[in-house]
Amino acid sequence: MSRLAVLKTYKLYIGGKFPRSESGRVYEIVGSSGEFLANAALASRKDARDAVVAARGAVSGWSKATGYNRGQVLYRIAELLEGRRAQFVDEIVAVEGVNSAVAAAQVDAAIDRWIWYAGWADKYVQVAGNANAVSGPFFNISVPEPTGVVAIIAPQDSSLLGLVSAIAPALVSGNAVVVVASERFALSAISLAEVLATSDVPGGVVNVLTGSPAEIAPWLASHADVNALDLLGAGELDWVDLQIAAAETLKRVLPPEGGSSAAAAAPSLERITAFTETKTVWHTKSLI
Amino acid sequence: MSIDKVVNSAPRAIEVLGGDLTESSLKRYLNGIPGVDAVGLEARAADLGTRSIKTTSKAWALDTIISLIDLTTLEGADTPGKVRSLVAKGLTPDAGDPSCPRVAAVCVYGDMVPYAVEALGAFHGDGIEGGINVAAVATAFPSGRASLAVKLADTADAVAAGADEIDMVIDRGAFLSGRYGLVFDEIVAVKEACRRADGTFAHLKVILETGELNTYDNVRRASWLAILAGADFIKTSTGKVAPAATLPVTVLMLEVVRDWYRLTGEKIGVKPAGGIRTSKDAIKYAVAIAETAGEEWLQPQLFRFGASSLLNDVLLQRQKLATGHYSGADYVTID
Repeated sequence: MSRLAVLKTYKLYIGGKFPRSESGRVYEIVGSSGEFLANAALASRKDARDAVVAARGAVSGWSKATGYNRGQVLYRIAELLEGRRAQFVDEIVAVEGVNSAVAAAQVDAAIDRWIWYAGWADKYVQVAGNANAVSGPFFNISVPEPTGVVAIIAPQDSSLLGLVSAIAPALVSGNAVVVVASERFALSAISLAEVLATSDVPGGVVNVLTGSPAEIAPWLASHADVNALDLLGAGELDWVDLQIAAAETLKRVLPPEGGSSAAAAAPSLERITAFTETKTVWHTKSLI
Repeated sequence: MSIDKVVNSAPRAIEVLGGDLTESSLKRYLNGIPGVDAVGLEARAADLGTRSIKTTSKAWALDTIISLIDLTTLEGADTPGKVRSLVAKGLTPDAGDPSCPRVAAVCVYGDMVPYAVEALGAFHGDGIEGGINVAAVATAFPSGRASLAVKLADTADAVAAGADEIDMVIDRGAFLSGRYGLVFDEIVAVKEACRRADGTFAHLKVILETGELNTYDNVRRASWLAILAGADFIKTSTGKVAPAATLPVTVLMLEVVRDWYRLTGEKIGVKPAGGIRTSKDAIKYAVAIAETAGEEWLQPQLFRFGASSLLNDVLLQRQKLATGHYSGADYVTID
């Protein structure tokens, strides 16, 4: 007996909840041969605004957690990803049209990368911070601190690995993230949102928008309450204009790296420190 | 059964209820007011909240909302410095935009009135164009649990210090136990205490604390009671009790004010306070005013928002309209 197909309409992930797009719009996610896979919410600028509000609310809690704690929480996500490995492989096969070995390799690489970044949570300060030598009886210490809300345009040509390469480094230092997922390959982003919702990551720390980066990115780039912009997946967009808009409100911007963005965004400490601000403290040494 | 003679210096009540005003006649009148259709009221309020106010209408609404705000600080930790910064914010809500209107009033505790008056200086104005009023909460705000003598002294003190408006609380305990005469007498007495040395009166806002009145019927009765006793404004809440102002309650009070206007030709003000934090909410109230009492109520003499955090959200929306991009909390002052 044949079953009736269960057609899915996915929603956004904002503030730890799964709301529909404020606009009520959806778009179809199609497979590599054009067949219908699912509906995804087509996020509007107001969804982006709501996501920024949620992210802003989450910054203080997430950034105040100890690096050790953030590392544990991020590692736990890798565990959950591992548990859902088969689902991610199936989705990548469906949307990217690759064989299951290639898809499995991508999922494995994404999980490994996630764990690699999780490990940095309680270590990057030691590497990026410094006790500066000064000519006086002072301790002079520089420490990196998270910059705040980071808006990310995820790589458009990679389902999971590109997404993980973009959001994991921003999370390590304690930033909250608004990520615009790959428009065509949104299934992995939606599944990752479901993983995050059942993990220990506080609501609002990661907000996932599905839809058109060309439509949403300008609003995020100009939003005054966004502190940094990662244009990793914006290579196809008019990203110079996005940079100009971001400059109006003094954001940090990471431009697209060129080439296949997932491969280009190889794991690196620089991707973590790109979204930190250096705080330098002077403190008197005791009188000798 | 005690039939107390009610204080007779309430001209409105005498006009509506007749000369021999007693507790029982007052009670008979208030209990004779028809009940509220709660489902209809809530549906009406919800419907008013669905209007779409965009672009130029929104810009006008935001400016109007700012000019209707009673910028409020009512904390135990208030200091003269906090009041001065509140006044500065009221005078110049958006330092980056001189075209931003001023708020209607600053609302403080009675002992902070002198500091507010001093900080306002030449901008202190009762109804003067561009001036900001000083409103003081009095009568043992927020609970109202003090003897009448203390409440009157509290009021007279704030008026003597220069308060233009007095926000008094009613005795909810007495109201809920049906002693309307006591509540009535207190309002009349406080109204008298609002008299200044030159014979004019500070405006009296009567806080019903609708969150403690339990039913819409009680809110309607209390509104009538306050108006009969001489209130210039009826105000929903202290902001210290949840739920504070809600849209249905405000619509109900606006209906009472409208009915009173039709009955006597006299316009009474309404002030929702507490819990109105976003421009979106405030615009719903503005729609409710225009649709219920009438557009002429959209002026500081007849409508106020009691709010502290609302102003910042309105400023963010204003900046969004002006610049075309979303603004953030870094671009408004921290209160």
